[in-house]
Amino acid sequence: MEKFVRHDGLVAPLDRANVDTDQIIPKQFLKSIKRTGFGPNLFDEWRYLDEGVPGQDNSKRPKNEGFVLNLPRYHGASILLTRRNFGCGSSREHAPWALMDFGFRAILAPSFADIFYNNCFKNGVLPIVLSEDNVEALFQAVEGKEGFRITIDLENQQVIPEAGEPLAFEIDEFRKHCLLNGLDEIGLTLNEADTIRAYEQRRAEREPWVFE
Amino acid sequence: MAGKTLYDKLWNAHLVTEREDGSALIYIDRQIIHEVTSPQAFEGLRMAGRKPWRINASVATIDHNVPTTPFKSAAEIEDETSRIQVQTLQDNTKEFGITEFGIGDVRQGIVHVMAPEQGAVVPGMTVVCGDSHTSTNGALACLAHGIGTSEVEHVLATQTLVAKKMKNMRVSVEGDLGPGVTAKDVVLHIIGVIGTAGGTGYALEFAGSAIRGLSMEGRMTICNMSIEAGARAGMVAVDDVTIDYVKGRPFAPKEADWDKAAAYWRTLVSDADAVFDEDITINAADIRPQVSWGTSPEMVISVDANLPDPATESDEVKRSGMLRAYEYMGLKPGMPVTDIKVDRVFIGSCTNSRIEDLRAAAEVAKGRHKADSVKQVLVVPGSGLVKQQAEKEGLDKIFVEAGFEWREPGCSMCLAMNPDRLEAGEHCASTSNRNFEGRQGNGGRTHLVSPAMAAAAAVAGHFVDIRELGQA
Ligand code: SF4
Repeated sequence: MEKFVRHDGLVAPLDRANVDTDQIIPKQFLKSIKRTGFGPNLFDEWRYLDEGVPGQDNSKRPKNEGFVLNLPRYHGASILLTRRNFGCGSSREHAPWALMDFGFRAILAPSFADIFYNNCFKNGVLPIVLSEDNVEALFQAVEGKEGFRITIDLENQQVIPEAGEPLAFEIDEFRKHCLLNGLDEIGLTLNEADTIRAYEQRRAEREPWVFE
Repeated sequence: MAGKTLYDKLWNAHLVTEREDGSALIYIDRQIIHEVTSPQAFEGLRMAGRKPWRINASVATIDHNVPTTPFKSAAEIEDETSRIQVQTLQDNTKEFGITEFGIGDVRQGIVHVMAPEQGAVVPGMTVVCGDSHTSTNGALACLAHGIGTSEVEHVLATQTLVAKKMKNMRVSVEGDLGPGVTAKDVVLHIIGVIGTAGGTGYALEFAGSAIRGLSMEGRMTICNMSIEAGARAGMVAVDDVTIDYVKGRPFAPKEADWDKAAAYWRTLVSDADAVFDEDITINAADIRPQVSWGTSPEMVISVDANLPDPATESDEVKRSGMLRAYEYMGLKPGMPVTDIKVDRVFIGSCTNSRIEDLRAAAEVAKGRHKADSVKQVLVVPGSGLVKQQAEKEGLDKIFVEAGFEWREPGCSMCLAMNPDRLEAGEHCASTSNRNFEGRQGNGGRTHLVSPAMAAAAAVAGHFVDIRELGQA
């Protein structure tokens, strides 16, 4: 997994609540058996005017020029600012894969759906929860000034807008550790293989049917 | 000390180790695998040279992508990318030695219908699957939830999951359900009350006399939609209904194990003095048949109501969501639900494709015919076994006589990854669980309802209050 220590980037504002995973990456693109290549179809139904199908040349498709990610001022954005309950819906990890593939490294919102939130960490995308008020203030700042940038300092757990006060955020210690060091979680867990085996033995005595 | 909730008990029983940073490893008893969210996980195993930790912990089947018209081999699947995924699952399960109920196997079906049906999920288990509706299995007093593909790989490799304990929420539905009110209406009503993010961060327990009065199928319908209320996991405590359901299923414990198992399972209830972080009580008598009108499952109202007015919504974020939904759905505030015309009807999905659901739809369809204005009515059983049972009862004939199409098992128009889909602008009465924009086809407009309400809409050409439907 790619490390995440400190990131400075252009911010794109997606002013919608309850953005679901069907919106982030529509199901017709889930048929790929790879982890990469989903970026061109991120928010497909909003970004393009026609219906997307896998394997298309996306550069030739008619764009929805009004959609925020298509506005020239947000080209190259790597931080997404959005509203509450982002990533609700299915468990598809294709959602963070698509965001990552497009170039987003962090998402700022008042709240996230559980599974999506979890999936982000497995892919080096950092979801950050900020208060509704702080998110609102950032929306105004970003929309008010072209080229507005934010720096995210994971080590010190701070979101630092180019203007205004730094905002502190919470993150689980284990996740922070994995992101900072780009660790492979499976490898870490397998270090505890003996503990897992001991657990299995205890369980098998109590509930043998589980292991049959 | 306060007693324990059902979730506390399940969590404690599966705790392998707690780490200093507050995260924990929990043991996973059962993983269900399907073709869409597993290829990258198997690929990850291969690349790292890892093997599955415990092969018999996993069961696989195909559902999301499969056509619902008969086919005999992967080669017959027309859509190339679907074919590749179905084929890839076959190859992966073979390579790693995992049981798969594949093409032509009567046990094949939607993951969350197949697993309980086979007894592959029994009370007290932790169950995961790369699909958010894994919560369905919580109806059997399991800790069951969806996971992402990296976690599918993690569970395959280690049989554990890095997890953090959730908070406890109980939703009790007390009293008797009115006529025409089904499990689907109950859960839609609950989502309307607590909202689509109301359960975020919680494990939900559904309790109360109305829930206990439901069959296992009904409880599965309720737990299925926990995720639409924001909760990864939903569950119902063990009682006689649970134990009777599990008994005799192919994977269920047998002989000496059975008595021991059943005795243990009976302890899987929340203690009387358990404390919940949130405790909500709903009066069953308040629940009427439900229809969703918008593009989020919380945008739901009773069939006898008029569509809500965004002007009266004080929360600005919600109001703009409503306005966007009205535009997408092509509907107007204030119009009666029963004025909404439907173009297609879908009866199926892991929410409502079990035998009981098909019986309820057939009861309405019997002796009636779909309205001419309705282009298509799809009935898609949840598994090969459900299909077989329905045919034994003659339900297929009732449907066909009513002008409904009787299909092969799979997810079908629930998410339209296969050829079953809506055209832009079409309204669909659907027994599935998500009404997001484009869910059932680009530009399609989904209305979530119970199987009986869906069948009634098919017959009338618009939504009707099932309670006012006379005899055919
Ligand atoms: S029926 Fe629908 S919700 Fe259920 S598993 Fe299939 S696609 Fe997901």
